[in-house]
Amino acid sequence: MAEEKKLFKVKIDNISVEVEPGTTILNAARQIGGDIVPPAMCYYSKLQGSGGKCRTCLVKVTKGSEADPRPMPKLVASCRTTVMDGMEVANITSPEVQDARKGVVEFLLLNHPLDCPICDQAGECHLQDLGYEHGADGTRYEFKRRTFEQVDIGDNIKLHMTRCILCYRCVYTADQLTNNRVHGVLNRGEASEIGTYIQKALTSEFIGNVIDVCPVGALTDRTFRFKNRVWFLKPVDAHRNCDKCCGKTVLWMRGDEIFRVTARKDKYGEVEDFICDTCRFDTKEASAWTIEGPRKIDRHSVISQGHYVGTVKPKDTLVEVMDGRQPRLLMDIHSVSQVNRPEIDLSKIDGPAHSDDFNNAKR
Amino acid sequence: MQLLQNAGQKQTQTKEQVRRIINEYMGRKLLLDKAHIEGIRYYDTYRKNGGYEAAGKVFKTMSPDLVVEEVKKSGLRGRGGAGFPTGMKWSFLAKPEGVPRYLVCNADESEPGTFKDRYLMEFLPHLLIEGLLIASYALGSHSTYIYIRGEYAWIPDILEEAIAEAKQNGWLGKNIQGTGFDLEIYVQRGAGAYICGEETALIESLEGKRGNPRIKPPFPAVKGLWQCPTVVNNVETLAAVVPIINIGGEEYAKIGIGKSTGTKLISACGNIKKPGVYEIDMTISVEEFIYSDEYCGGIPKGKRLKACIPGGSSVPILPANLLLKTAKGETRMMTYESLNDGGFATGSMMGSGGFVVLDEDQCVVRNTYTLARFYHHESCGQCSPCREGTGWMKRVLHNIEYGKGKMSDIDLLWDIQRKIEGNTICPLGDAAAWPVAAAIRHFRDEFEWHVKNPNAAQQRNFGIAHYADPLPVAAAAV
Ligand SMILES: Cc1cc2nc3c(=O)[nH]c(=O)nc-3n(C[C@H](O)[C@H](O)[C@H](O)COP(=O)(O)O)c2cc1C
Ligand code: SF4
Ligand code: SF4
Ligand code: FES
Repeated sequence: MAEEKKLFKVKIDNISVEVEPGTTILNAARQIGGDIVPPAMCYYSKLQGSGGKCRTCLVKVTKGSEADPRPMPKLVASCRTTVMDGMEVANITSPEVQDARKGVVEFLLLNHPLDCPICDQAGECHLQDLGYEHGADGTRYEFKRRTFEQVDIGDNIKLHMTRCILCYRCVYTADQLTNNRVHGVLNRGEASEIGTYIQKALTSEFIGNVIDVCPVGALTDRTFRFKNRVWFLKPVDAHRNCDKCCGKTVLWMRGDEIFRVTARKDKYGEVEDFICDTCRFDTKEASAWTIEGPRKIDRHSVISQGHYVGTVKPKDTLVEVMDGRQPRLLMDIHSVSQVNRPEIDLSKIDGPAHSDDFNNAKR
Repeated sequence: MQLLQNAGQKQTQTKEQVRRIINEYMGRKLLLDKAHIEGIRYYDTYRKNGGYEAAGKVFKTMSPDLVVEEVKKSGLRGRGGAGFPTGMKWSFLAKPEGVPRYLVCNADESEPGTFKDRYLMEFLPHLLIEGLLIASYALGSHSTYIYIRGEYAWIPDILEEAIAEAKQNGWLGKNIQGTGFDLEIYVQRGAGAYICGEETALIESLEGKRGNPRIKPPFPAVKGLWQCPTVVNNVETLAAVVPIINIGGEEYAKIGIGKSTGTKLISACGNIKKPGVYEIDMTISVEEFIYSDEYCGGIPKGKRLKACIPGGSSVPILPANLLLKTAKGETRMMTYESLNDGGFATGSMMGSGGFVVLDEDQCVVRNTYTLARFYHHESCGQCSPCREGTGWMKRVLHNIEYGKGKMSDIDLLWDIQRKIEGNTICPLGDAAAWPVAAAIRHFRDEFEWHVKNPNAAQQRNFGIAHYADPLPVAAAAV
């Protein structure tokens, strides 16, 4: 007779669920699903040891367990805290958690270049989603943002460190998927960066997966860079016989042309099965693939093509929003964000705005 | 860091002078009582003066569990900062079959204002080794590590010499004193990172990895060094085990007030007449410690006391009125409880015992900015609130200090520290937030003064004096 496993009863935002001992609060929440799932920027269920770093998944434990009902004194990272029997957790029902999360989003965006208009990740970026859902309207940071040089790590991968949120996912990926990790985190504190100590190419059969696990546009596919916007492409499930990996991928197509190949991702943006670099970078003829059908992108993102749920559209017309200004250009693109210079009136600039208009203007 | 440099200058005093100071000005002494003896650094002298008697007693008459019991009875609390009861920590150590256990001595001492462990290791290396020997026996560790900060470049040699001597005399190695107990002590030099003092970062560093704090649980008592059960203790904590065995736990517990038992090393610096390391029994008041000739000797040049950081740079700064008396009007004592009286609203912490005194000429904003710079520099960068927040606080404080601040910056600072505190992986985030919070809480008008008088703020390097001790100096001297 198989012994029945005791399940733990947990309540998250007043919704009960029974989970196996050893489950984290985050995974218990994922079993419930919906709005109460805390956002996770660094935890990745397929990568051992990941999580705990970004602090976006903080929740409040209002009751420790049946045996010890005391609340936990601090907010805890739900991705790394395991449940106890009788535990009660507040996520979206706790103003404290919402406030702390807003703070974390602000911290994550503090040094972020906000160069979404020229970033390949835009449209499928977790940081965009996070900022949209949990962030504040503006930033209070008035200082020069941290910047790094872009580097090519190998023929296929571009590292744009300025955008990195130091989630360590790529480090764990390289550690656990390839047999010779040559990149990691260098330096410390604010100066930390992902890199190879001596400029070195990342070469390994599976290293391309770092692109998929990166929640932001810090690691991008050089074979796809600037080729197209992800929301203009049509994702289709496809497979091929591959002797290195499962061969199950998503092709991002326009007409018959394959623009890029990625692994399949679940609704939390996590890769279902890692794929090899041959499939990802070197197999771009449609004839090599068996197409299964359109891919539904679960993650609430721009890619789900205008089906963004719960959006609040501004009621004011554009004229009101612009407060009487009549800019010739609505969006100006810079490598370093200038959103902190509201004193520069775009409508006063002759012709299209240029970086010199901002850099030379007196503070 | 500046404070540590000052501490470094003290080295130019001759060793005799230092010994004389230690000898002359100590009250009750258990750790430094023999520090003045010529040659106490060497085995022969140490042995002749009662050294290794505690270890001998343990091997002859006590089982490991009995040693743990004795330490529990003594009420010894961790001297590394958190003040966690040591006996309890030891009894939490997991003891699975067939898995080695480790003891690690935390000699990373990098907290600005703290330099007590350095004195112990420099002058009494054998006291530490004896403490390690007893603790290793109690915990069942056969390989014990001393992780020492890289900047203490000359001390590992002292320790290694002492270890070699102890080995020659049969106190380390195989079958120690015929008991069948084996122990090796290894000295590991750090590479100069404050964060490697955090116990899990220390363990990572010891394993040869990047010194990032681990996410707890699991705690080191279950999975520490090489995933084996590990106890990490401060140098002073481990040295204190020797007098505990010598005089007995109960006797040790009689010294001090309440749960603050035994003696504590305080490294005093800043605007005092006699900076240095003092051993106090925890029965004296803060006022006595600052003004009596036995300890700090008062404030030089007839200046008045303005504020004090009583337990190393991470703990909240207190203005003079709250330092000498608690909010309830009681005399504040040099004990864990009394220093913490009133919580963070009106109290502070014993911390690691780095006692930094500021006189009326010192600027709290500048002081806070200096500390913020330190934490920004030392953050490991793993978690976002600390990585980004420490730099932000530093820059805002820089603006205020250099006359470029806005009134709203003060509230902004408050909000940033609030969003860091408690939301990080390790307590470095809290340690960075607390000094800023306390400075704003108690010295808000000094910040406002900097904003309102940008030119003056740029020109003079001191704040406003009205926080200073209302007592005339003469009346304050005990
Ligand atoms: C950022 C940080 C730095 C620390 N630095 C030290 C240190 O230099 N020396 C030390 O003994 N403890 C330090 N600690 C405390 C240790 O984590 C740990 O609590 C201590 O070594 C435990 O020893 P104890 O129980 O004997 O106090 C530090 C903690 C933090 C969070
Ligand atoms: S490069 Fe991407 S995956 Fe790697 S740490 Fe940075 S954000 Fe994370
Ligand atoms: S709080 Fe700071 S030092 Fe501690 S783990 Fe986080 S980033 Fe590192
Ligand atoms: S997802 Fe939990 S801390 Fe990042």
